Amino acid sequence: MTTTVTSRARLARFRAPGGFLLGAVLLLGVAPLVLPDFRLSLLAKYLCYAIVAVGVSLAWGRGGLLVLGQGVFFGLGGYAMAMHLKLADATAAGETLPDFMQLYGTSDALPWWWEPFRSPLFALVMTVVLPMAVAAALGFFVFRRRVKGAYFAILSQALAAALAIWLVGQQATTGGTNGLTDIQGFFGYDLNDPVNQRMVYLVIAAALLLVMVLARQLFVSRFGELLVAVRDSEERVRFLGYNPANVKLVAYVVAAGMAGLAGALFVPAVGIISPALIGIVPSIGFVIGAAVGGRASLVGAVLGAVAVAWAQSTLSDAFPAAWTYLQGLLFVVAVGFLPGGLASLATLLRNRRTRPDSSGGAV
Amino acid sequence: MSGLSISRRGLLAGVSALGASAALSACGAKTGEDSSAGSAAKADTSGSTVKVGLLNSLSGTMAISEVTVHNALLLAVEEINAAGGVLGKKLKPVSQDGASDWPTFAEKAEGLIKDDKVVATFGCWTSASRKAVKPVFERYKSLLFYPVQYEGLEQSPYIFYTGATTNQQIVPALDYLKKQGLTRLYLVGSDYVFPRTANKIIKAYAEANGMKVVGEDYAPLGSTEFSTIVNKVKDSGADAVFNTLNGDSNVAFFKEYKSSGLTAKKMPVLSVSIAEEEVKSIGTQYLEGQLTAWNYYQTTPGSANSAFVKAYQAKYGKDRPTSDPMEAAYISVHLWKAMVEKAGSFDVAKVKAASDGITFDAPEGEVTVDGTTQHVHKTARIGKVGADGLIEEVWNSGKPIEPDPYLKGYSWASGLS
Repeated sequence: MTTTVTSRARLARFRAPGGFLLGAVLLLGVAPLVLPDFRLSLLAKYLCYAIVAVGVSLAWGRGGLLVLGQGVFFGLGGYAMAMHLKLADATAAGETLPDFMQLYGTSDALPWWWEPFRSPLFALVMTVVLPMAVAAALGFFVFRRRVKGAYFAILSQALAAALAIWLVGQQATTGGTNGLTDIQGFFGYDLNDPVNQRMVYLVIAAALLLVMVLARQLFVSRFGELLVAVRDSEERVRFLGYNPANVKLVAYVVAAGMAGLAGALFVPAVGIISPALIGIVPSIGFVIGAAVGGRASLVGAVLGAVAVAWAQSTLSDAFPAAWTYLQGLLFVVAVGFLPGGLASLATLLRNRRTRPDSSGGAV
Repeated sequence: MSGLSISRRGLLAGVSALGASAALSACGAKTGEDSSAGSAAKADTSGSTVKVGLLNSLSGTMAISEVTVHNALLLAVEEINAAGGVLGKKLKPVSQDGASDWPTFAEKAEGLIKDDKVVATFGCWTSASRKAVKPVFERYKSLLFYPVQYEGLEQSPYIFYTGATTNQQIVPALDYLKKQGLTRLYLVGSDYVFPRTANKIIKAYAEANGMKVVGEDYAPLGSTEFSTIVNKVKDSGADAVFNTLNGDSNVAFFKEYKSSGLTAKKMPVLSVSIAEEEVKSIGTQYLEGQLTAWNYYQTTPGSANSAFVKAYQAKYGKDRPTSDPMEAAYISVHLWKAMVEKAGSFDVAKVKAASDGITFDAPEGEVTVDGTTQHVHKTARIGKVGADGLIEEVWNSGKPIEPDPYLKGYSWASGLS
């Protein structure tokens, strides 16, 4: 008995690094070898959603914060990146203004808030720092005032809607509904070259692996324990002398940074960022993948995000009208009947088998 | 404790992976270098059939409009196949759903070109979706036929525009209003690229032609709250409203307009995005007597149109109306066929070279392709909504107008772009 326990414990010790290694081999080695260019670029897009899902898993799965406005942070990261790339494209073409400003703009000068994005370093830093700063400012007031549950979800949605509407209204400086499109280069590399598209994929896959390592480190740290404690009983944590507001703030800000990074990587992969990716519907979309796969499980959230995005691409052609209903249904079923998502299905089944007398009870 | 050490190891692996990918990156072409060798996609013309892509929103908010365009495209493909195909090959339509989402359009466009190896693609409705797919068609040097009136200011070498540009719709509409003595205009539009660009043109035109814009308001796409805007319109003393609202918003706007006591007699509304299909969904009682600007109506006379309407209704139902974007989609397939046959090849460069001067006896009257701008010569038509829900023409430009997407031929437009 004791030997099996220790061997199982030893096995468990190698589960995480082993899984990580397997994931790294699949993403960085196998996928680029077996997938044609087009499929690989689709996978690159799904992996961007997966990076958002890692943040959702942290904030919602572990912290209980239903983050329904991740589109805001995804968008801020995406726009920061796209603004730099548009400026770089314009400079390469010998123009002073990006193409859409020449068409729809009202003046011949670049708006002052575009100017700093000429610097690649500033833009890169901003893709993560800008969303984190916005999340920190918002979170600071919200968590301090003990805004929770549905109110927090509504607030984050309102922010997503507001940003999308604002971007649409500023056609001369943000490209309006069209967004920033037709991005040609990525830090000097021509995105029309399939070799460079593969490079972008590899960068995204590596970023996802890094973000997962970071999230796992947070999960198993003291902070991770505290975060779960705050989720399960905020009052008790407060009585123990911790400030739950700060714990939630950190989770929220880190999740925002991850969404920002995902948005920034989405731009070279897909070549477009627009308000359509920021509003309420895409923000809910970011959460559905994590919910379906299992929000508290890192791997579950990532696989869920990729699977839902893949299903959307494939199923929406065969059943265009039915897809939206199916997506809604998935969300309802996952949240209502399988809170742990598909990742919890195995555990659930195992528990049922070991306790046959309780099988008639509620599940 | 053990968790921490695992993570550290994992971190190391992650960093080295990043390093490996960075090293790999050194192989690709830099911006400005020629990378065309690896990217131009080959269309498949080897079999007895060739595939054509149909890229429309079959789901989402735009589906109500885009499905009708999709239907018209299928009708044209069917007709061409019944007449023996193109260069002896039957067309196999491949439908992809853009889902009213612009990045999805780009993804599906790439799929059509690379996976299905289509010889040409037909579709898109909103300017945002066209802007999203434009780089994809340019990258793979594949052709898109875009069938909807739009805001101009574009000329992609890989897009043919078979709907009206601004000088074939908005400018003639302004000419018409001026001739009627309706010189004080109120501009109402949805908040996106087409209305904002159209209104910029309208303001420049008004200034040069002694007209006055007395108000300008935008509502978010899908907005249904119009009491404030209608009240402002009512108090503005305008002679007419120039309406660039899109989709559902029109329903709410015209209901509010009627209930506030405004009528087509008192202050007519000229709309550029309301066709026969939309009249049906908004309700004829709200629209009767109001004006529209297009290049085609279901009532446009001529044998080509009666054949088109008859064929469409035979396929899709007796009560289904035909509209301008549907007609522009229908002719786009026929124009492409004529170009391919003149070129004697499906090759994109040869098709483009053969495009200039291609004519087609279209339901809207004869149309001619302009090879330089890749737009189409079209006749402008102002219509009035009748009690039966159809639109009757009240004025037309007499002959097809040469496309001028950048309004280079209009001195008042010189400051626009």
